[in-house]
Amino acid sequence: MHFSLSDEQKMIRDSVNALLAAQSDSAAVRGAMASDSGIDHALWSALSQEMCCCAIAIPEAYGGLGLGQVELAIVEEEIGRHVACVPFHATASLAVNALLLAGSDTQKQRWLPGIAGGDTIATLAGAHFARQHGTGSARWQRDGDGYRLDGHFPLVSHAHIADLIIVAAGSETGTALFAVPAGTAGLSAQKRATMDQTRAQGALTLNAVWLPESARLAQGTADVLENILSRAVIALAAEELGVAEAALQMAVAYTGERRQFGREIASFQAIKHRAADMMLKCELARSAVYYAACVADASNVDDRNSAGALHDAASLAKAYVSEAAFFNAGSAIQLMGGVGFTWEYDAHLYFKRAQSGSALLGSPALHRARIANSLLGAEEFAA
Amino acid sequence: MNIHFSPEDEAFRREAAQWLTDNLGGRFAALRFRGGPGDEHRFIDERKAWECHLASGGWTCIGWAPEHGGRGASIAQQVIFAEEYARAGGPGRIGHIGEGLAGPTIAAFGSPAQKARYLPGIVSGKELWCQGYSEPGAGSDLAAVKTRATQDADGHWRISGQKVWTSLAHIANWCFVLARTDPTSHGHHGLGFFLVPMAQDSVTVRPIRQITGSSEFNEVFFDDARASDLLGAPGDGWKIALALLGFERGVSTLGQQMLFRTELDEIIRIARDNGAARQADIRSRIAEAWMGLTVMRANALRMLSEDAGADEQRAALVYKLHWASWHRNLGKLAMDVLGEAAELCPGEENAPYALTRLQSLFLFSRADTIYGGSNQIQRNLIAERGLGMPKEARGR
Repeated sequence: MHFSLSDEQKMIRDSVNALLAAQSDSAAVRGAMASDSGIDHALWSALSQEMCCCAIAIPEAYGGLGLGQVELAIVEEEIGRHVACVPFHATASLAVNALLLAGSDTQKQRWLPGIAGGDTIATLAGAHFARQHGTGSARWQRDGDGYRLDGHFPLVSHAHIADLIIVAAGSETGTALFAVPAGTAGLSAQKRATMDQTRAQGALTLNAVWLPESARLAQGTADVLENILSRAVIALAAEELGVAEAALQMAVAYTGERRQFGREIASFQAIKHRAADMMLKCELARSAVYYAACVADASNVDDRNSAGALHDAASLAKAYVSEAAFFNAGSAIQLMGGVGFTWEYDAHLYFKRAQSGSALLGSPALHRARIANSLLGAEEFAA
Repeated sequence: MNIHFSPEDEAFRREAAQWLTDNLGGRFAALRFRGGPGDEHRFIDERKAWECHLASGGWTCIGWAPEHGGRGASIAQQVIFAEEYARAGGPGRIGHIGEGLAGPTIAAFGSPAQKARYLPGIVSGKELWCQGYSEPGAGSDLAAVKTRATQDADGHWRISGQKVWTSLAHIANWCFVLARTDPTSHGHHGLGFFLVPMAQDSVTVRPIRQITGSSEFNEVFFDDARASDLLGAPGDGWKIALALLGFERGVSTLGQQMLFRTELDEIIRIARDNGAARQADIRSRIAEAWMGLTVMRANALRMLSEDAGADEQRAALVYKLHWASWHRNLGKLAMDVLGEAAELCPGEENAPYALTRLQSLFLFSRADTIYGGSNQIQRNLIAERGLGMPKEARGR
């Protein structure tokens, strides 16, 4: 059994980490936060075009590297570690998985090579999971030889800079997914002011958007959407793992230098035990993320049992790691004391990123409820 | 990276499962799923016979080198055997202290004569061992042991002192004892690692009645007890005592998790039957328990991975703190799912104190966060070894 990173996987990790350490330091992150787009364009070019990171999970037939969800998680973890301001999760996980699982061969040929080459920023807008609240919605209907879409989504990851938006919309006949290029008439997206400024989000409005038949993804059903989201949730959990680890490292480094009562505060058991709990959460989070990524790579989403295992593993990773990241980021502020509360130190960047990651694609409570339904049956909860 | 065992390992799994299914019938059928935590004092004679039967099939000490009587099984195969053993309902092992602790230590530090004397008895299941580490004044601070060892003119050793929390001392043939060979020494200096026969008048075993009403562990009094063997030299005791703890690579953890899984399954079944599964809080806690167990297995697979490196050592460092806390919480969840019925013991009115499996879980799991390094000690170790934070200040 080899449940540890291979040499090739370690190489991906180390090279992405080296790039981000050099180009996504505190000053760079703060520069991107304050910019109009909210992303670091130079970093995005390096990551997507020079290092081909968006190509990871895309098959070679569509210009990708033909790797899997484990390698995607490796990159996501480094992005979280450096609170990098890039539309990586939106493009390489949300949109790529939507196209991979729901698109026809023609649709994949049309969109994936551009994403793989780093020329296309993409995202997905949709009501995520049945009971998630406040995510907005869209409706579709037939209109001539195409479709008409109307709706509004208040928060869509990087919608304002996306070249391509996959929209999940509902109707009486069920959920459908549509590939909507930026610039389509009736489509508008504006950047939102968000508490976490390292993860840019936009409001998306669809006002009588007309799309041709070819825009509707061939297998875009509600079940497939759930499979897409489960994969995306695992990648997001990987990003949160990076946040959890960085917060721990920050707290350990600071408490090792800060002296009170004539000794470094890291020598006090009250501090050590909190740090130990943070490390416990990091290690279990790591086990959860890579377990879930392996399940995703091994799963056959056309098989109901296999899809069920994917959903359980994804919800486990999201619920566990969201809480780990939030605990660690909050603990970092606590252990750093007053400076942890300042704008100048970076603790707040991780705290806010942990919170936005926790809320995105379903809260820990939602994912625990999803697991409970799987273990206990959903019908009993309704009773 | 993957989470699958190789085809060869899966073939080994089928072989082990088949043997266990074939042999846990007949005279051993009554032992299935018995002798676990809270039930560890039951069926002692039958379980002694089972150890020998297990040995006759070649299923004891499978991870040992062939020269010591083992199969040289890989870590993955040892894990698989532990998993299949638990799945088949194999009874609580009583040879595990010899197999997992004493044997590997003797193999590493013993003389050729000592290996020849002690290892075959462990492999055959005929000689059982117990561990003489903790004392009333030496718990978390193990290096504070006071038990003394003095050498007679004929070269034999005399052991005097008191050990405590000694599991299986009442049935063991041998005890490995950490004792002070240099009476002027302090801390981890001046200790020896002795192999002491239990069948002598100068060794007294007194059972300790536990929170469960049963007695799995004991106090052991050595009053000039004789021992002919120590491992290594006088003064090597601390090094050997720590090395022994390192031999436990956690291959039994997946077997343990299989038992945890059956406990969680029972709780889920009860929750569905009695309606507790309709309460939002119970649903959330059951989901949390499932998450904790699933991540525990993933974490164990990481630390048992064949190419384990620094990353995986970090996983191993947090493992005890996680499983112990998780299991303790599961015990409380079991009681909360049962509600008022949790109070009802299985016996008739005025029957001797006896517990259901879930009551045993609830009570016994309070020990999980204490023995083998308490949660507080675990946090010190994680902070110091995992994060490089300063060591605890020590008094004299």
